[in-house]
Amino acid sequence: MAPAGLAVSAVLLLVVAPLVLSPFRLDLLAKYLCYAIVAVGIALAWGRGGMLTLGQGVFFGLGGYAMGMHLKLAEAGPGKLPDFMSWSGVESLPLLWKPFANPVFTLVMVVLLPVVVAVLLGSLVFRQRVRGAYFAVLSQALAAAFVILLVGQQGLTGGTNGLTNIQHFFGLDLYDDADRRLLYLIVALVLGLAYLGVRQLAASRYGQLLVAIRDGEDRVRFLGYDPALVKTVAFAVSAALAGVAGALFVPVVGLLTPANLGVVASLELLIGVAIGGRYSLAGAVGGALLFNYAKTVFSEELPDSWLYVQGALFVVVMVWAPRGIAGLAGQLRDRWARRGPLRPVSYPAGADRPQEVST
Amino acid sequence: MSEALLEVRGLNVVFSGFHALTDLDFTLRRGELRFLIGPNGAGKTTLIDVITGLTRPASGSVRFDGRELVGRREHRIVRAGVGRTFQTSVVFEELSVVDNLDLAAGFRRPLPALLRRRRGVSDAVAAALDTIGLGDLADRPAGVLSHGQRQWLEIGMLVVQRPRLLLLDEPVAGMSRDERDRTGELLRTVARDHTVLVVEHDMDFLRRFASTVTVLHEGRLLCQGTVAQVQADPRVQEVYLGRAKEAA
Repeated sequence: MAPAGLAVSAVLLLVVAPLVLSPFRLDLLAKYLCYAIVAVGIALAWGRGGMLTLGQGVFFGLGGYAMGMHLKLAEAGPGKLPDFMSWSGVESLPLLWKPFANPVFTLVMVVLLPVVVAVLLGSLVFRQRVRGAYFAVLSQALAAAFVILLVGQQGLTGGTNGLTNIQHFFGLDLYDDADRRLLYLIVALVLGLAYLGVRQLAASRYGQLLVAIRDGEDRVRFLGYDPALVKTVAFAVSAALAGVAGALFVPVVGLLTPANLGVVASLELLIGVAIGGRYSLAGAVGGALLFNYAKTVFSEELPDSWLYVQGALFVVVMVWAPRGIAGLAGQLRDRWARRGPLRPVSYPAGADRPQEVST
Repeated sequence: MSEALLEVRGLNVVFSGFHALTDLDFTLRRGELRFLIGPNGAGKTTLIDVITGLTRPASGSVRFDGRELVGRREHRIVRAGVGRTFQTSVVFEELSVVDNLDLAAGFRRPLPALLRRRRGVSDAVAAALDTIGLGDLADRPAGVLSHGQRQWLEIGMLVVQRPRLLLLDEPVAGMSRDERDRTGELLRTVARDHTVLVVEHDMDFLRRFASTVTVLHEGRLLCQGTVAQVQADPRVQEVYLGRAKEAA
């Protein structure tokens, strides 16, 4: 996005939206912005790096539960147990929870937990040259396993209900409109920082290297680089962003349940990016906002048909605009240049065709 | 005579029962420009694949500058100083010609330089651009290059890595006569300060640009010598040149 576009977006998000939108709509927008933060990471890992990650919910959840645990402990007060633990018959605070009473530790874990998991997974999987659909399935299986783990450990995680009834966030009263507006601004700022940071990374030599690996991993190996390492870094960055987004999601929505980060949630994170255009950072962010807004509208107006609309939207984009909405301009330009009938779109060299799922 | 840079000893490569290379011994001296020829299936590309870590041999050793290469991962071998091109050139089409070269020159860069944008053109990249004669196309995406230009870009990408040994796999395949001549000149320039091993099918190209030639046949070393010696060898005529003549 050009500097002018960035400035306009910043004014819209930071000034216009808080003035124009009702508290209820602003809350929803804050939630969409959390998903957009995840989308920035997906655009890096998938759009640039060719890693079709169907399990971002895991990292979203790791960040979210880390934050949720801290907020529940702060809520309960020193020496007391979070509400759900007493319901589950837990009598003393589990060891795992204790360090999360510390806010600094929590903030570090919000980033560190997803990064550690991503680095472990990445260095195992990418070194073995697991790619494409295999990687996608693996990441999705991880999301499924994570949910099973969370649901199974009811006393530790709140099980299916998750962590609910969160009312304060670092001194902010989450039932107060002014405080909520502040929370919204924090989320918008984090999104801005994530966007600018990843944009810088994508424009660097590292970013070029990542695209080069997407388009010709074996060739890059013979340039003396270790593709596994380069991909792991991008994957870890995307995981960190998802973790931060999850941590912000908890105060914005006031709860976190396994349904927020399971297989379906992970797929929805990805569909937004696909619709907006994964090769473009702005497209990914816009797609995530648009997709989640559409989800809200359809769930309000036509609750039964949303799933069909979602599926149809995805199919339409994959068939006619595989580069997403952001890629449409380029696609039309190509078509105009060829003056041909509607034809399959050209892809960036070696990039994934839809039927192959990924490179 | 200068010392050996590459020593291949007792190399055996078997692909599910098929012996691609059998007890191969092969030595390359520092500063040499060597051509490797042989009919299809002789094991030329397999030899390069083993040297560069793409294929694991069943037995045998590949020593480069005294260090064993077998068992090392590909990018480690590149870092040790062995660079290669492929039969089908693979350049990064979305990146400009300069960016392709810059990327290829990069693995020695410290991390902070990797995380910044490229500013300007480094001396090594400028020199390579000049050598391969693509200065006019420097800022064009590599996707617009012709087949010949891509091969030159690949050779440029190899040179900027500052390797001590260059392995070129059929650099003139599919090229026009003009492009072959230019590639030959490029090869001579590069060979002035590098050790180069060229796999080539094209006999005409060989006669004009080769000095020493190694002939492989069915995974074994058939003979070695000057172009004239090799051409005069009846075994070579039988397995290779004879066939080429028949085909011509």
